[in-house]
Amino acid sequence: MRLPTQWLGVAPFFIFAIMFLILPTLYLMLGAFQNDAGEFTLENIVALAQPSIVAAYWISIKVSLASSLIGAFAGLAIAIAIVRGGLPDWIRSATLTFSGVASNFAGVPLAFAFLATLGRLGLATVILNTLFGLNIYAHGFNILSFWGLTLTYVYFQIPLMVVIIVPAIDGLKKEWGEAAATLGATMSQYWRMVVIPVIWPSFLGTVILLFANAFGAIATAYALTGSSLNIVPILLYAQIRGDVLHNAHLGYAIAFGMILITGLANVFYIWFRTRSERWLK
Amino acid sequence: MKAGRFWAWVVFALGAAYFFIPLIATVEFSMRMRRGAYSFDAYKVVLGDARFQATFGYSVLAAVFTIILGVLIVVPAAYWIRLRLPQLRPIVEFITLLPLVIPAIVIVFGYIRMYGSNSPLPFLATDTGTNALLVIGYATLSLPYMYRAVDTGLRTIDVRTLTEAAQILGAGWGTIVTRVILPNVLIAVLSGAFLTFAIVIGEFTMASLLNRPAFGPYLQNIGANRAYEPAALAIIAFAITWGCMSLIQILSRFAPKSANRPN
Amino acid sequence: MADPFLSIQHVRKSFGATTVVEDFNLDVERGEFVSFLGPSGCGKTTVLRMVAGFEEPSAGKIVVGGKDITRLKPNQRNVGMVFQAYALFPNLTVAQNIGFGLKVAGMPKAEIDARVTEMLGIIKLPQMADRYPYQLSGGQQQRIALARAIAPKPKLLLLDEPLSALDAKVRVSLREEIRSIQKKLGITTIFVTHDQEEALSISDRIAVMYGGKAEQVGTPFEIYNRPATKFVANFVGTLNVLEGTVTDAAAGTVRVNSEQVSLKGKLNGSKSGDTLSLALRPEAISLGRQPGRDSSLSGEISEVHFLGSVIRVRVGIGGNTVSLDTFNSPATPPPAVGEKAEISFSSDDMLVLH
Repeated sequence: MRLPTQWLGVAPFFIFAIMFLILPTLYLMLGAFQNDAGEFTLENIVALAQPSIVAAYWISIKVSLASSLIGAFAGLAIAIAIVRGGLPDWIRSATLTFSGVASNFAGVPLAFAFLATLGRLGLATVILNTLFGLNIYAHGFNILSFWGLTLTYVYFQIPLMVVIIVPAIDGLKKEWGEAAATLGATMSQYWRMVVIPVIWPSFLGTVILLFANAFGAIATAYALTGSSLNIVPILLYAQIRGDVLHNAHLGYAIAFGMILITGLANVFYIWFRTRSERWLK
Repeated sequence: MKAGRFWAWVVFALGAAYFFIPLIATVEFSMRMRRGAYSFDAYKVVLGDARFQATFGYSVLAAVFTIILGVLIVVPAAYWIRLRLPQLRPIVEFITLLPLVIPAIVIVFGYIRMYGSNSPLPFLATDTGTNALLVIGYATLSLPYMYRAVDTGLRTIDVRTLTEAAQILGAGWGTIVTRVILPNVLIAVLSGAFLTFAIVIGEFTMASLLNRPAFGPYLQNIGANRAYEPAALAIIAFAITWGCMSLIQILSRFAPKSANRPN
Repeated sequence: MADPFLSIQHVRKSFGATTVVEDFNLDVERGEFVSFLGPSGCGKTTVLRMVAGFEEPSAGKIVVGGKDITRLKPNQRNVGMVFQAYALFPNLTVAQNIGFGLKVAGMPKAEIDARVTEMLGIIKLPQMADRYPYQLSGGQQQRIALARAIAPKPKLLLLDEPLSALDAKVRVSLREEIRSIQKKLGITTIFVTHDQEEALSISDRIAVMYGGKAEQVGTPFEIYNRPATKFVANFVGTLNVLEGTVTDAAAGTVRVNSEQVSLKGKLNGSKSGDTLSLALRPEAISLGRQPGRDSSLSGEISEVHFLGSVIRVRVGIGGNTVSLDTFNSPATPPPAVGEKAEISFSSDDMLVLH
């Protein structure tokens, strides 16, 4: 009775995964390399090179890069502050809890929140104008723009970084610092020779994870900038909705390009994470 | 170390400002509906809106089905892999990583193409089928979190030893799963469930592309057409997310803690 | 008498209202190996960390080689430290770890390499130079931690329970290796441990600590055979305790379970009628009357454990039980439980506990 039971137990999982995760994705991947007649072709991939699509990828990459770098460094600073900064204990747990919430607070509501803050009638805009005489819109700022979107994305990128990197900073053993001190090292020598080399794989890996996270996001952008900022997911959305590109297979190619980028990013993330975990055994 | 502490406070203050100002601004904006005075009018309008109630109810129902589906798929798999099939673990962990790699929009695109009206499994041909497909899509999105929560819970209670102890005492598989494993894993399952709930309530992409009357598309629609209600909705959404996360934290205090080292 | 190399004078450490170390005094000679021995919480690690510079004394001072180092930062003290958790830098190879202190000091690369090779030779791990810590066993990591600590030729070597995280067998071989390296290089060393066998086997002197104070400082022989306080007698080695009542303070006789024992010269301050705790080490007791043992007590054998070459016997005397070891004799069967027996000992070996 043993052999069948365990395979029966895991079967639903695998059937589900194959039917609703692997096959649909493969279907799209294959479709990217087919034309309407069903023959193998690279013309869809080639067609990705048209200006509007390249522009979409480029904007996506820029937004993802900007928000992931800003989020990563800000998140690292906050993580170091709450773990090593000598702050009261409650700050650390409160920050981690809030980060857990904030990293999930994405999508449409987040866009609303930033519109309420930095939109033309937003609270921050108004306060800056009335209290400090600084009219940011007159100076060219606009929440409905590349930097507005980046600033909004950072709201869930920073918490994600904090949650992931805090364990890595925890892993910096107190004894290392003490050992370095007895061996004559100053604080900056210790950071330069031990801390940074130990932390940077985790850090870089997380930057990449943040990048992939931003690249695939659509709801926030859709709610905030609509189709005025044509990032790849929005392009794909329009294509699925109404075949705006007049070529169904081109849609597959766009999806393929997305998976390629996020997939590659995740491979690098895993590689960096395994490397740092091996050291910190 | 004093200089270090000063900068830590500075960083923390800046971070707190960045994260709280939008929340405060949103609350403030949401209360501006009545001209000249702060009020909760926007909230009243939103909560009284029939479409709000309908779409919110739809999403809640979808979330419940998603959680049930997730539990049925994940719990047995996680259990058997821990107990008998450790060699499958790398494959399963890879699979649970996929929804984080493949964006939701690509997944739902795949569904539309594969399960359309003229496919062997025409989910999209009927309303019920499309609703089912949405729940399936949500289950896929929450798979990584559900699996990780259940797997951690199983690891903490040392499933193997519990199962062997129960078997020696004469219990059959049914008894083992329902009276030994499930009660101990319930807390972990609930944690996964609340995270799933938070994900489903706010989800936009899949619901929109499958044309389902869910909460996400409703939010987006309100945002495009109204001024103050979106802010109220954002606060409501944030409160719900906060509530889910807090419940998970509270639950984790009740989780069984193992005296043994987890394997 | 030359000035001591390390002098810890009237050092006290309080954390808020709690005093963890009270008026600790110790002079250590150059090249001496001193152990701080005591249970958890006795303050031994705190004193060590004050010598290293990680804690600042609430009162008192620490002098090394004539210089007052009490207020110096750890990286200015030129002390080497070995931690319980090895604390090797995970991103550096073994060679880079050992050379860390030298690199920080700005030594030229060629000299660093030469010294590292020398160190690897001393700890007998010459082929490990390019390995990373995660590839090594606990014992190997600790030896490398030792090499790293002594490579910059520090004035003092401090070891904070370095063997506690290791397997029993490794512990024994490594402690002997530490001792022989220390002797060869002549570094003044402080070794913190809660394991009395470790302290007894490798130290020149031991400071037994309890409740933030040094209960006794002496050679292993002194600590073991002439314990100054009840705590030291109980903590170091096994002790058999018998309750007795003083019958004649002047003559020095004590009654133990209806028999008389003569303890001349050990009953200062006691009056007739006082109850005392008397203690004997197991090896001071023999089964049956033996020449050279001038005192005896009778009792009944309560337990016999055959351990191979040694037979552990427990004898009940009145309300107390005394444990002693006797060698196995192939020709004679071990004593039987329930047999009446006599134990004999030298009254010089009996300790009166205060």
